[in-house]
Amino acid sequence: MLIEALILSALLFGVGTLGVLLRRNAIIMFLCIELQLNAVNLAFVALSRYLGIDGQVFVFFVMTVAAAEAAVGLAIIISIFRHYETVNVDNFNLLKW
Amino acid sequence: MTLDFSTPAHYLVALLPELVLSLWGMVVLLAGVWKKEEEGRPSADDLGTLSLVGLLLAAGANGWLYTAGSTGGHGMVTVDEFRLFANWIFLVAAFLSISISFTYVFRQRLQAAETYSLMLFAVVGMMLMGGSHNLILIFLALELMSVAVYALAAINRRDRRSAEAGLKYFLLGAFSSGFFLYGIALIYGATGTVDVLQIQRVVIQGEAVAGLLFGGIALLAVGFAFKVAAVPFHMWTPDVYEGAPTPVTAFMATGVKAAAFVAFLRVFLVAFDAVYETWYSVFWWLAAVTMVAANLMALVQSNVKRMLAYSSIAHGGYLLVALVAANETASAALLFYLLVYALMNIGAFAVVVSVARQGEERLQIEDYAGLGWQKPALGVFLTVFLLSLAGFPGTGGFMGKIFLLQGAVDSELWVLAVVLVMATLISYWYYLRVAWYMWMKEAPEAEAHAGVMTSMPMKVALVTAVGLVLFLGLFPSVGLGVAERSVAALFEAAGTMGRVIP
Repeated sequence: MLIEALILSALLFGVGTLGVLLRRNAIIMFLCIELQLNAVNLAFVALSRYLGIDGQVFVFFVMTVAAAEAAVGLAIIISIFRHYETVNVDNFNLLKW
Repeated sequence: MTLDFSTPAHYLVALLPELVLSLWGMVVLLAGVWKKEEEGRPSADDLGTLSLVGLLLAAGANGWLYTAGSTGGHGMVTVDEFRLFANWIFLVAAFLSISISFTYVFRQRLQAAETYSLMLFAVVGMMLMGGSHNLILIFLALELMSVAVYALAAINRRDRRSAEAGLKYFLLGAFSSGFFLYGIALIYGATGTVDVLQIQRVVIQGEAVAGLLFGGIALLAVGFAFKVAAVPFHMWTPDVYEGAPTPVTAFMATGVKAAAFVAFLRVFLVAFDAVYETWYSVFWWLAAVTMVAANLMALVQSNVKRMLAYSSIAHGGYLLVALVAANETASAALLFYLLVYALMNIGAFAVVVSVARQGEERLQIEDYAGLGWQKPALGVFLTVFLLSLAGFPGTGGFMGKIFLLQGAVDSELWVLAVVLVMATLISYWYYLRVAWYMWMKEAPEAEAHAGVMTSMPMKVALVTAVGLVLFLGLFPSVGLGVAERSVAALFEAAGTMGRVIP
């Protein structure tokens, strides 16, 4: 059971990583990052079945962090949208990427 | 006072500097919105001064903690001297960064309360990161610091480049945090704990699940490498440092990097000391590639801010050498170097802010032509900072590099030591080029540098930074002695010793 959960979590994490690397829409990239964090949450929950309650507590911290990141990240995306009228990262080229 | 970690109230005492700064950050934020503008709301300068007072209070609390010992097992935070020394670095970096932003914040019409309070909150994150034993707390602190700095990078909402820097920093920073967190999860799976000292015990006893442990170490290393901007995880650095407001860049290049390195050192040298053979060669390559590549790329930059960004990557490479060496000398050198680096780098950025007329103009190297003759004080200051960054004898940067080399030689890392020296030689070219423009080139017109101005706080910051850089260069044993004691405390608590590569 543990092995399967860890493999699933690794797969989800991989999907999130690929998403960040391949997609060019800032919001989709951000969602993929959230997918990574949730993949980790899955691993924590699965491990906590064997290692005690700690893992589940960590999940709450991670969710809080993800919420804080979402607040700041979406604010930044809105602020850049006001300048460029787009959220495609290929268009943000004032600085050499 | 002896702190007993089995009593929750004593935790609050152990966290006094962090608590003071958290509360003070909220005070600054409230002070900025307390009254309407016409009813005498505190000005940007008032808020800046208020934040500096908060940093001084936190410094007082940090100094007081030296008198406190701890008992009753260990908590999630430590009160060892290593943490306290790291706190000085963060406080100095924040103090200087805020001092050089007074006029900038005013002229660029930034939100003063938000800017300063975000800086204070970021310092809280750095302090917790450097002072924690617990991987989850280190992650939370990393995020506290990073989220504040993402917002700081994008704080100038009228400037496209600031928004762009903020977005790039946010996307890549959050991406790297994902790796960092996954690493923690795997290490938790491998050892059943997230406490650095307990991980160390489990690893030494060989009870850790090897596959999960090494996967976790690798992911953790990737997360850290992103934060310290080691090549090839540095792609975001030049863009973000160039686009962010210059005082924020100074803060990022010193404070954030110092926090990441301090946590890096604590986690790898304590928790993963027993499996040193598995990770040192990776860092060996990271350090070597970072030093060489960053210095080569800095050679071709024409924008001074971007050049300093590559220089900061290169300095990250020098500091990685200390991590590879993994002995007490190298660790003390790392602390010493981080302190000197904060002073000289923020000093250089302070001059950049002045030359840019407290804005984001005049950042090309040609704009420095004739600066030395028209503004001699600024010219001399920048020259000292550049010489120190390059590592000229008599400056703090030189002594820092000597100590790093000493650490590398102690661990018999001959090749890496040679690479460090060669990389330093390459770096002379681009640092001295700026100095050459300042002193040897004619200014295009007589009044070319008329708009260059320094406010009073910035003058204080510049003089302090120059004074300390020269002091640490001429009397390095003072700083190094404190750093050595701090590191000894870390190694003693952990029960690990520096090692020599077979």
